[in-house]
Amino acid sequence: MDLSPVTLTLKLAAITTLLLLLVGLPLAWWLSRGRSFFKIIAEALVTMPLVLPPSVLGFYLLLAFSPQHGLGKWLHNSFNIQFVFSFKGLVLASVIYSMPFMIGPIKSALQQLPVSLEQASYSIGKSKWQTFINVSLPNIKPSLLTATVLTFAHTLGEFGVVLMIGGNIPGVTRVASIAVYESVEQMDYSAANFYSLVLFAITFILVTGVFVLNRYRFKSPLE
Amino acid sequence: MISIDIEKKLKAYKGQHTLKIKTEIAQGSITKIYGPSGAGKTTFLKTIAGFTTPENGKIIVNGISWLDTAEKISLPPQKRGIGFVFQDYALFPNMTVLQHLEYATGDYTWINRLLAVGNLETFKTHKPEYLSGGQQQRLAILRALAIKPKFLLMDEPFSALDPATKSGLIEELKGIFEELQATVLIVTHNPRELDNMTALEFTIS
Repeated sequence: MDLSPVTLTLKLAAITTLLLLLVGLPLAWWLSRGRSFFKIIAEALVTMPLVLPPSVLGFYLLLAFSPQHGLGKWLHNSFNIQFVFSFKGLVLASVIYSMPFMIGPIKSALQQLPVSLEQASYSIGKSKWQTFINVSLPNIKPSLLTATVLTFAHTLGEFGVVLMIGGNIPGVTRVASIAVYESVEQMDYSAANFYSLVLFAITFILVTGVFVLNRYRFKSPLE
Repeated sequence: MISIDIEKKLKAYKGQHTLKIKTEIAQGSITKIYGPSGAGKTTFLKTIAGFTTPENGKIIVNGISWLDTAEKISLPPQKRGIGFVFQDYALFPNMTVLQHLEYATGDYTWINRLLAVGNLETFKTHKPEYLSGGQQQRLAILRALAIKPKFLLMDEPFSALDPATKSGLIEELKGIFEELQATVLIVTHNPRELDNMTALEFTIS
């Protein structure tokens, strides 16, 4: 059995999760502070992939990054970067598509932390950055874990967006979900079953792991 | 000398009311503030600490302007060097008793002294969830004192303590306040509370 769709899927999920942690943490912190009109629009945009059909998102990404038009053409001509039908494109699409799964839990957890915790840290002379690293972040560990695993698991199961922007190139863009679809098209149910079982098993272990770990989470003294 | 002249709108169950305070507080004094719930006692302390900004006002501490809304001056809380004891304690759930104090200061002589004052030496490795309400409140006081503040704001700091613990702690704190030459503002619900500790008092109504 060709294992490359599975390894490619895991690689895509790991890179996407890592990038979203780097982008998502500051973005979630920013969104959790205040409710300006600009923030509401930004949050709506971040949430859109949750409700938008993946094919719609994939279609617009395909248009935006097509080397024949606008932004895609400029990236191709100026930096020789091509997102369409490449692994880079899958990463970009996955980061956008899985963003709400990273931002949502972290933002909610930050909003639920009593504001007095930050104020207590400021009162003893700590900067916003020191407070974020030493107080806010350690106290949202369960949500951070949930967000990380949800993002990873959700990326494993992406289909519509990756098919639209990446196509089905073996070893480059042919991830496990696409391999399932292609195997069914070719009536190769044994291969489809293999890829499906692998995806099911990984996802089940991840989600169960989060539930087990979060059972032992610490309680706030205010609870 | 600390000169305060502030005006801040407060949201209430039935509309709004305005908190107006104009007062001067002598350096090194201990002042008791009392008043009914919702009068604005906590807001007053948080305004001095820089956690909230009034619509209009000035706070001048020893000639330095901490707040001047007309001049758009507002010194960040980190630069005010204020010790603050929160009504909800605001303890960090991820830190032990010792880590709370280490987060504030690296002076272990002072940390050990504070632990003795708060009678928390045997609870150094405990996180807040494993402390009683009274122990949590004492830790909140110790953390505020850890930075050796010249200005200490305490919001209902003894509400969870039994009378014996409270009087013992108050005696210890009086010595520390004197040693630090700290100016202390203590919010309380009970006008008769802390009579033997404070010389000054005013009411927010």
